[in-house]
Amino acid sequence: MAEIVLDKVTKRYPDGALAVSEMDIEIADGEFVILVGPSGCGKSTALNMIAGLEDISSGELRIDGARANEKAPKDRDIAMVFQSYALYPHMSVRENMAFPLRLAKVDDATVRSKVEEAAAILDLTQHLDRKPSNLSGGQRQRVAMGRAIVRSPKAFLMDEPLSNLDAKLRGQMRTSVSKLQRQLGTTTVYVTHDQTEAMTLGDRVVVLRGGIVQQIGSPQFLYDHPANLFVAGFIGSPSMNFVPATLEDGSLKTPLGTITLTDRVRRLAEAADAPREVVAGIRPEHFEDAALMEESHRQGGSTFTATVDVLESMGAEKYAYFTVEEELATTAELEELAADAGATDVPGTGSAIVTRLSASSEAREGQPLDVWFDPDRIQLFDPANGTNLTYSG
Amino acid sequence: MSHAVTEAPAKPAPAKGKPALSEGKRAERRLGLLLCAPAAIVMIAVTGYPIAYSIWLSLQRYDLRFPDERQFVGFENYVAVLSNSYWWTAFGTTMFLTVVSVAIELVLGMALALVMHRTLVGRGLVRTVTLIPYGIVTVVAAFSWFYAWTPETGYLANALAGESAPLTQQWPSLWLIILAEVWKTTPFMALLLMAGLALVPDDLLKAASMDGANAWQRFTKVMVPVMKPAILVALLFRTLDAFRIFDNIFVLTNGANDTSSVSMQTYNNLIKGLNLGIGSTMAVLIFITVAIIAFIFVKVFGTAAPGSDQGGRR
Ligand SMILES: Nc1ncnc2c1ncn2[C@@H]1O[C@H](COP(=O)(O)OP(=O)(O)OP(=O)(O)O)[C@@H](O)[C@H]1O
Ligand SMILES: [Mg+2]
Repeated sequence: MAEIVLDKVTKRYPDGALAVSEMDIEIADGEFVILVGPSGCGKSTALNMIAGLEDISSGELRIDGARANEKAPKDRDIAMVFQSYALYPHMSVRENMAFPLRLAKVDDATVRSKVEEAAAILDLTQHLDRKPSNLSGGQRQRVAMGRAIVRSPKAFLMDEPLSNLDAKLRGQMRTSVSKLQRQLGTTTVYVTHDQTEAMTLGDRVVVLRGGIVQQIGSPQFLYDHPANLFVAGFIGSPSMNFVPATLEDGSLKTPLGTITLTDRVRRLAEAADAPREVVAGIRPEHFEDAALMEESHRQGGSTFTATVDVLESMGAEKYAYFTVEEELATTAELEELAADAGATDVPGTGSAIVTRLSASSEAREGQPLDVWFDPDRIQLFDPANGTNLTYSG
Repeated sequence: MSHAVTEAPAKPAPAKGKPALSEGKRAERRLGLLLCAPAAIVMIAVTGYPIAYSIWLSLQRYDLRFPDERQFVGFENYVAVLSNSYWWTAFGTTMFLTVVSVAIELVLGMALALVMHRTLVGRGLVRTVTLIPYGIVTVVAAFSWFYAWTPETGYLANALAGESAPLTQQWPSLWLIILAEVWKTTPFMALLLMAGLALVPDDLLKAASMDGANAWQRFTKVMVPVMKPAILVALLFRTLDAFRIFDNIFVLTNGANDTSSVSMQTYNNLIKGLNLGIGSTMAVLIFITVAIIAFIFVKVFGTAAPGSDQGGRR
């Protein structure tokens, strides 16, 4: 068990690439922290620095209050699970899991009992004498976890441990990782670029972009109060819709019509000294088919009418896509997000508004639809630097 | 020289229990054999005929100085060679040279391979430079060593040997022969081992450090076992090669003072002595020894072409 503190930790590779810049994170004892961000943002680098596999260029890493920058990986008592699993091909599952204990010169009886205990937890007992090459992906993944837990280290580091598994198995393993961590109560730093893993696994999520920490907080907090455009677009799936908008004495002119802002939003925007031209963001799940709303409820929000381009029925809900006349908001951040998502979360040409409607909606493709939304849920961003103008932390 | 032995490690693993093959599998195998056939036929024509002819000669009394006495004598030549103390001395010398030089080459080659593998700057230059000894014709290099160790004129002899002439005594000569061999073939060993090092995934070594292994433990417990196939292939190649040592001995001592190898003996009988029967017998015996070495490597240590082991990598 350990507390890990990163104090202005920076990594500059010998070729000059700045991979991580002044990272400040305090990870409490027993906490499960997720590092998330697009490819190449420095997640693995940060993890490797905690592990000791990469030198820290500047700043300080403290484990349990003691400076650990210069400690060799083997002296940090931290276990790591790799994306490739990194199982020793010449050893059986048992030998793989026993390896850290053997190196620590633990006696045979203890090794045996610890390995068997871990195997039981991970449901590997009947595979103990097989070679890794004869195991399935999920089993290999569990062996890698087993090798990490047998020696009860101070902390676990996991670098995209589930990304080589298929979707279904990933879902199952996600639950077992979460259960395991809670059961053992070991401090864990987990790297992923998977939305669901980030939202469901961790106590806190650290969003990284270009080696710079964008925001740290609980998954729900990041969802409700993103600090900037990048976090807003990165957290949540499908991602937040962004439209260009103009602020004019308390009302907001957008391609979805002119919206009267609520007092709360207006006060926040004023306090943040909002410019005239802003980017308005609203999440797909904050729209609803107006026809399904009660009249009294409907009065509290705004409504716009548009033609449904595409309708996806997921059973429990429906996704309706609209095209708006004007160009959608684009900033450097949004472009990066779209590129990272591989445009999968940004359907169509990228100029579509995504809305999530109740399953009972009567919406039809090609037909106009009245769509309702709550103006209190609108978030405003500064197009110049992406800051959330309606942030209330 | 018996090139045929290099065939041995490439032999396909025999199918266990011969499970019935599906139609498609059988067609695939037939195609495989067909595609190999031309190469195999050329190999047999080039290597098979001389081998068979040597065996035929080894069963005869056949001395070119007395061609009229040519006669089939069965295994008489073998009895003659195997009961001759010169042969056994040469055999012992050859074994000693082989084991010691290959062992030294393995250690140095591994060190060199690690250095080359880790070198970040000028990797190409480093590799080229280390390969120079291997590129020099052995006889030329051997003469350089010979002159260097000749008293009065040789710089090494002057610097290190003092009054003595190392190439005129048995043990100093043997060590100098080993030195020349090691100097020449370590780069080759290093290159083969470096190919093996490239097979060890970086993540594996990182995982080992996380598991608490120090550098030496990472080397012995992860790196060496994972690259074992490459090490065995390198050892096999070098052992077979070293056992047939000829040129260095020929130049440095010409086999004087019991420094002769089995290949030297064969040469002396066959070419110098013109005794085709005895010479061929020795050639066949070398062939058999080499085949046994290859057999031991393949069957006992499980040597296989790197990458072809099924229990290996992901
Ligand atoms: N050894 C290295 N030398 C130089 N630059 C490197 C090195 N390793 C990584 N980088 C750079 O550092 C940045 C961060 O890399 P890192 O591997 O930490 O990204 P990541 O967030 O783990 O990405 P991914 O999700 O693709 O794994 C990248 O821009 C990368 O090009
Ligand atoms: Mg990575």
